Amino acid sequence: MLAVEALSLSFGGTVALDRVDLSVGVGEIHAVIGPNGAGKSSLINAISGLYTLDSGAIRIGDDRFTRVPTKRLARLGVARTFQNLALFKGLTVLDTVTAGLVDSQSAGLAAQILGLPTARREARAQRERAEAVIGFLDLSDVRDRLAGTLPYGVQKRVELARALVASPRLLLLDEPMAGMTATEKQRMSGTIRAARASGATIVLIEHDIGVVMSLSDRITVLDHGRRIASGTPAEIQADPAVIAAYLGLAFDEEAA
Amino acid sequence: MAATSAPLAKTVLRPSANAVGIALLLVLAYGIVPLVGTSYLYEAILTPFLALSLAALGLNLLTGYAGQLSLGSSAFMALGAYAAFNLSLRLPFLPLPVTIVLAGLVAATAGLAAGLPALRLRGFYLAVSTLAVQFFVGWVLNRFAWISNDSPSGVISAPPLVIAGLSFEDARGRYLFSLTVVALLTFLAWRLVTSPTGRSFVAVRDNETAARVIGVKVARTKLLAFALSSFVVGVAGVLWAFAYLRTVEPAGFNLDRSFQILFIVIIGGLGTLRGAFLGAGLIVVLPLLLSRFGAAVLGDGFDSGTLEMCQRIALGTLIVAFLIREPAGLAALLDRAVRCLRRAD
Repeated sequence: MLAVEALSLSFGGTVALDRVDLSVGVGEIHAVIGPNGAGKSSLINAISGLYTLDSGAIRIGDDRFTRVPTKRLARLGVARTFQNLALFKGLTVLDTVTAGLVDSQSAGLAAQILGLPTARREARAQRERAEAVIGFLDLSDVRDRLAGTLPYGVQKRVELARALVASPRLLLLDEPMAGMTATEKQRMSGTIRAARASGATIVLIEHDIGVVMSLSDRITVLDHGRRIASGTPAEIQADPAVIAAYLGLAFDEEAA
Repeated sequence: MAATSAPLAKTVLRPSANAVGIALLLVLAYGIVPLVGTSYLYEAILTPFLALSLAALGLNLLTGYAGQLSLGSSAFMALGAYAAFNLSLRLPFLPLPVTIVLAGLVAATAGLAAGLPALRLRGFYLAVSTLAVQFFVGWVLNRFAWISNDSPSGVISAPPLVIAGLSFEDARGRYLFSLTVVALLTFLAWRLVTSPTGRSFVAVRDNETAARVIGVKVARTKLLAFALSSFVVGVAGVLWAFAYLRTVEPAGFNLDRSFQILFIVIIGGLGTLRGAFLGAGLIVVLPLLLSRFGAAVLGDGFDSGTLEMCQRIALGTLIVAFLIREPAGLAALLDRAVRCLRRAD
């Protein structure tokens, strides 16, 4: 589904990613973990075309890119969420989620303004689809609220709803559970599994090792812009390099 | 359960309450005002109020909804006015509504061109590029004498306002004419901002990257906002020239006017349709109130120079106050007042 081949990325001499490989199979939940500054978000941003690669390539489905065209992302069946919320604060939750369907919008401006049957039918179908996703993510109570006025954890769910509504083939989640309580994380894990069950392949950045281990099929570990390991949760947990660079640290932190 | 049903009930109520409010306003504007109005009311207050409201509505589509700052509004008003003048002069067989639509399209085309820098620039830098449009249009109108039919200093006079034999020449007629144009375009603007396209405007305004990621055609959306906004502002220019002043010169469409329209939008409320009307109402009524008040307090000492000065001070203070205390403008104040009244019930 997704293959990143020897991807290198740097910002003015600072190397963010150094010949990173990543291979994600169809229907997989693939976690990317690593300490802060390891390049996880840079990887997601590169895959969604927000950064220009120094070298390497990205394969999405059957297409291979040296720079992923961001404006064709939705058409390629890719949706994502952002580490720091990227919501439309002036839109209601319902409008925000409906906006996630914009790529498949076919009724033209005149049809929309005049309220022609084609536009009305499309608007109704989009609304039904958005309502379904809103219900699925338990957002019905806030559907008419402005997205920007909601608590952080709820905004995270709204952003996921906006990504899910278009039924993407590939879903990139950049810390979807940051700042959530254990119960919220539990629910979010269930939602991510359900998204996979409905046909999405998922790449997930997450810091909570417990969540990562129970949720992921495969894990890739980054450290200082390099891939230091990739494998199943069991393999990763036993990998000495990972323990030295990341897991050991995480466990120490938890102990302290 | 009670907690969830309360907000739902409110959303069911609100559109109908809005509809009642708008219906009442229309009854007032069409049914009652024409019966009791004086020509002073039409000429000094209502017609300029309507033209400025429409201009602010147009700018609000661009700046309030799509988030693209423009300081060239009065240039697009001028383009609309001068295009309508030339169309009615050179193609006199065209019915007035067609002339107005074509004039709006001329302004929209210019707006499209003016919007090209928005694909690269944003915020302050974009504002400066629209400033260039403002000065360029002023130069063109003075440079090419045929645009004003070779009249000295570019002064043009409006053709008679006649549609299908029906004359709108007197003060009340020009008011009703403006009212109809404004009502129609406001309705279309409302359809626009509640459409998927309007949603894309706000998406581009609030987070361009996220908008691009979900598939909003950002460049097209910005250009569309410029074109549609300029169309509305252009038609407002036609009203300004044809229905309000009747005789205009390029110098009347200067940077001061552009700023005035921007202030209306800021004071009224960015990203709301009613904000344009609230802001324009304040801007039109403020000088009248000040002059009455000044004359009452200072008597003969309050001449037009002092009035002008007081007006600037009052307006400046208002803008600063709004930017600090209520960036969402009069529209937000009104909302809060309505909510308070409802709670009091």
